[in-house]
Amino acid sequence: MMTNTGHRLTQGQFSFLPDLTDEQIKRQIEYALGNDWAVGIEYTDDPHPRNTYWEMFGNPMFDLRDPAGILMEINSCRKTFPNHYVRVTAFDSTQGWETPRMSYLVNRPKAEPGFGLAREEGPGRQVHYRISSYATDKPEGERY
Amino acid sequence: MPTLSATATTDDAMDRPASINLQAIVHESNVHEVLDQLDRELIGLAPVKRRLREIAAFLAVTRARQQLGLDASGLSLHMSFTGNPGTGKTTVALRIAQILHRLGYVRKGHVVSATRDDLVGQYIGHTAPKTKEVLKKAMGGVLFIDEAYYLYRPENERDYGQEAIEILLQVMENQRDDLVVILAGYKNRMDTFFRSNPGMSSRIAHHIDFPDYAPDELFAITEQMARGWNYGFDDDARAALREYIAARVRQPHFANARSMRNALDRARLRQANRLFGDTSGATDALALQTLTAADIRASRVLAAQRPDNNHNED
Repeated sequence: MMTNTGHRLTQGQFSFLPDLTDEQIKRQIEYALGNDWAVGIEYTDDPHPRNTYWEMFGNPMFDLRDPAGILMEINSCRKTFPNHYVRVTAFDSTQGWETPRMSYLVNRPKAEPGFGLAREEGPGRQVHYRISSYATDKPEGERY
Repeated sequence: MPTLSATATTDDAMDRPASINLQAIVHESNVHEVLDQLDRELIGLAPVKRRLREIAAFLAVTRARQQLGLDASGLSLHMSFTGNPGTGKTTVALRIAQILHRLGYVRKGHVVSATRDDLVGQYIGHTAPKTKEVLKKAMGGVLFIDEAYYLYRPENERDYGQEAIEILLQVMENQRDDLVVILAGYKNRMDTFFRSNPGMSSRIAHHIDFPDYAPDELFAITEQMARGWNYGFDDDARAALREYIAARVRQPHFANARSMRNALDRARLRQANRLFGDTSGATDALALQTLTAADIRASRVLAAQRPDNNHNED
């Protein structure tokens, strides 16, 4: 990731593959719904790998039966945030809490500058590494 | 068939069959089973059944056309059910979902029922998410909007119902493959609703009118309902029931099958009370199942008809 292969963020499932088509996304959602998982849509403009909690786009969609409704919501999220990362997460509640079972990107910014690696020397010449997205140097809303 | 190969693309024209057994498609989808069940379990409603058969036939033919590479663009299946209360609109909506699912027109075949409360919000900006939420749930199935005319309130021009209608229209038009919308309500009020929303009317291809039941049909419905609950009528009770139906039809607030169901509920109560009051205490399965003339004749409907005969047989 830090070498920014192909200038693409690689997080979640399928991220080394070409972007999923709507038809493929539908099939993935179909699989999730078939397992009774609730599907949520999230977006962010801070792709740091430790940024686990993205903003939710609407509520997670419980009790939906068909992927068409979720695809409708994905498209409206893409329309609202065309230059953000958008991911689809499927939550499994069989353990009594919601466990993410699937998570994959369905939208990415046009240009992805990648991450910079900074080395910091501490006491005893101990080296700490720090990565940060070049995009996050800019304030929120102007990053991509 | 030269016309067929001309329309088909060269690539897959090879593995496409030249002829297709239409009956096989119909058989495969089990649609006859559903239609027969409909015939058996729903009494009367001839125009409704006819239209359902037409739709089922069309969908099977469309499937066949698809397999032969002909244009099989779907027709719009949005419907409106109009009719008096208790004429079976909701029941038929559930059946239609099954039929459409069997024929592969809708993917899941579930029914989402909604009324104005589920679609229209309380304040500005509340309606669109609410309507979309319901639409999302109905995707892949049937959205049944009962008493649809409440969506449109002409007396209040700032009513949010209009917004819900617009979103509905948009989805009905653009996502025809994803869901089927059925609007239901009383005839005259639905007519007013369609007059004031011509866009809605023109997007609904099937306007199906549910006729009132004839007394004989009501009788058959009541018997079938009773049988479903393991009850039966003896001969006197049958005669009493026919009298009851003739009297009830003329009374106000008559709601067809629903009235019959209520009458049956009350007869069951009276039967229970009669058995309860029977001091001998001996009873058998037959007695527990049988509704007698007394259980029916004690009804207010018949009592009001003959004030001189106003005895209580409980």
